[in-house]
Amino acid sequence: MRKVNRVFTILVFIFLYIPMIVLAVASFNKGTDIAVFQGFTFSQYKELFRDNDLLRLLGNSLIIAVISMAVATVLGTIAAVGIHSMRGKMRSAVMSLTNIPMTNPDIVTGVSLALLFAFAGILLRINNVLGFWTLLIAHITFGLPYVILNVMPKLAQMDPDLAEAALDLGCTPVQAFFKVVLHEIMPGIISGALMAFTMSLDDFVISYFVTGSGFVTLPVEIYSYTKKPIQPKVYAMFTLIFVTILLLMVTMNLLQARDSSKNRKLRHREANR
Amino acid sequence: MKRKWLSGPYVLWMVLFTLIPLGVVFYYALTDSMTGEFTLSNLASIADYWPIFLRSIWLSIIATLICLVIGYPVAYFIAHCKPTTQRLLQMLIMLPMCISFLLRTLAWVALLEDTGIINSFIAKLGLSPLPLIRNNGAVILGMVYNYLPYMILPLFTVLMKIDPRVVEAAEDLGCNSRQVFSKVILPLSVPGIVSGITMVFVPAVSTFYISQKLGSPGTILIGDVIESQFKAAYNPNLGAALSLVLMVLIFACVGVMNRFTNDDEESMVTL
Repeated sequence: MRKVNRVFTILVFIFLYIPMIVLAVASFNKGTDIAVFQGFTFSQYKELFRDNDLLRLLGNSLIIAVISMAVATVLGTIAAVGIHSMRGKMRSAVMSLTNIPMTNPDIVTGVSLALLFAFAGILLRINNVLGFWTLLIAHITFGLPYVILNVMPKLAQMDPDLAEAALDLGCTPVQAFFKVVLHEIMPGIISGALMAFTMSLDDFVISYFVTGSGFVTLPVEIYSYTKKPIQPKVYAMFTLIFVTILLLMVTMNLLQARDSSKNRKLRHREANR
Repeated sequence: MKRKWLSGPYVLWMVLFTLIPLGVVFYYALTDSMTGEFTLSNLASIADYWPIFLRSIWLSIIATLICLVIGYPVAYFIAHCKPTTQRLLQMLIMLPMCISFLLRTLAWVALLEDTGIINSFIAKLGLSPLPLIRNNGAVILGMVYNYLPYMILPLFTVLMKIDPRVVEAAEDLGCNSRQVFSKVILPLSVPGIVSGITMVFVPAVSTFYISQKLGSPGTILIGDVIESQFKAAYNPNLGAALSLVLMVLIFACVGVMNRFTNDDEESMVTL
């Protein structure tokens, strides 16, 4: 049974990676048609680094992702501490508020924000409200719940006596937070921040509705490419992004593995003592 | 110091950019696009779109069930690997999610097209090409492909947490492996199943890119209609009304699904 399952799992992984292989092969293709391989070349990669527009779009995506991640992480972590001390109806009201963007389909979130900005634009008499700021606001908004939902469990797991002890030993509440609580909930903050970052970098649907012509991110631009004939250097860019993320993840994985084996050895040694 | 006030800025932000926008959707849905006066005609004209609504729901249900059937054994397999292998496989599941889903869908178009990779391979074998694209099957394939990780990850999280001693206890008490699965493992994995179903169904039912690329003009989904109201036909009031109905529908589905788990709202499985 386990053997059958192993084969099945391998097949599913192949299924998940087929399009990636197609994209990677297309990035080395001499021709422009993704379906026909006409010979091997690196020229798409050279084109890519000569194309300032494409790099600028990637830059735009990264700027939005970094700023929205930073704001969502700080705001969300502070909020999680606050929510953690709430009880009863108030807590469940705030948590429902947090779950709205998580449950709502992206298209509804995008449409509702687009309408809000249009409405605000009419009220404030600004033409063309859509742009950098609306995009940033939208990305912070859908990033926040990821931070909260990752930090809350860590706060719940934390021993409340720890913060009490810090207070007893003469810390102010703020010091106790930075010296004790922050350290305890750090893994949650990091995973929340990472999720907010990837969601922002990869978001197309919401960005599509809240962005104007002035400031465009990479996924939105790719959507317009797919209506025109697509340029193969885009495949080259994504192959590079894919390889970068793969390397980052493998490195993180190895570091974690080494960490946990070190921990195991330490524990082993302590147990022997 | 009242610590709960720390969440004040956050609550203010969410009210401003989550609750109020939904209010604006209501406002647009209930006003006339020309005069701005109160009207129910936007909501009334939704009746024309019921077949599209039903098709979106139907295709997403099929895609969600396929994801569940494919995803469960995979999640089960990963949950029973060594911790290092587990981390590696979990990473490999998440990795495709980091690549733009637009491009991944385009890669499927290249694979499935009439002159695409699969069909040119079939032609080389001397067989006639298969109609692989511009039908419901291709749209379902696109949904399954894109949202499968969202099914596997919560299932894996839940299956990991099952205490192996519970399984041993069931075995000691005389369950065979099939009974262990149906009486112990399956009931304990219900929260993962519920959150997996929600995480696949919600984006699938509201998608608009997958159906544009892999479907035909005859198989458009409700997401396509909403998108075109904002980007092509420019009737935001009708678009708002359609979004409103979609949202109510999804909240109803999620509400029903959450009946199956007695967890509180904070246990929503995060990746």
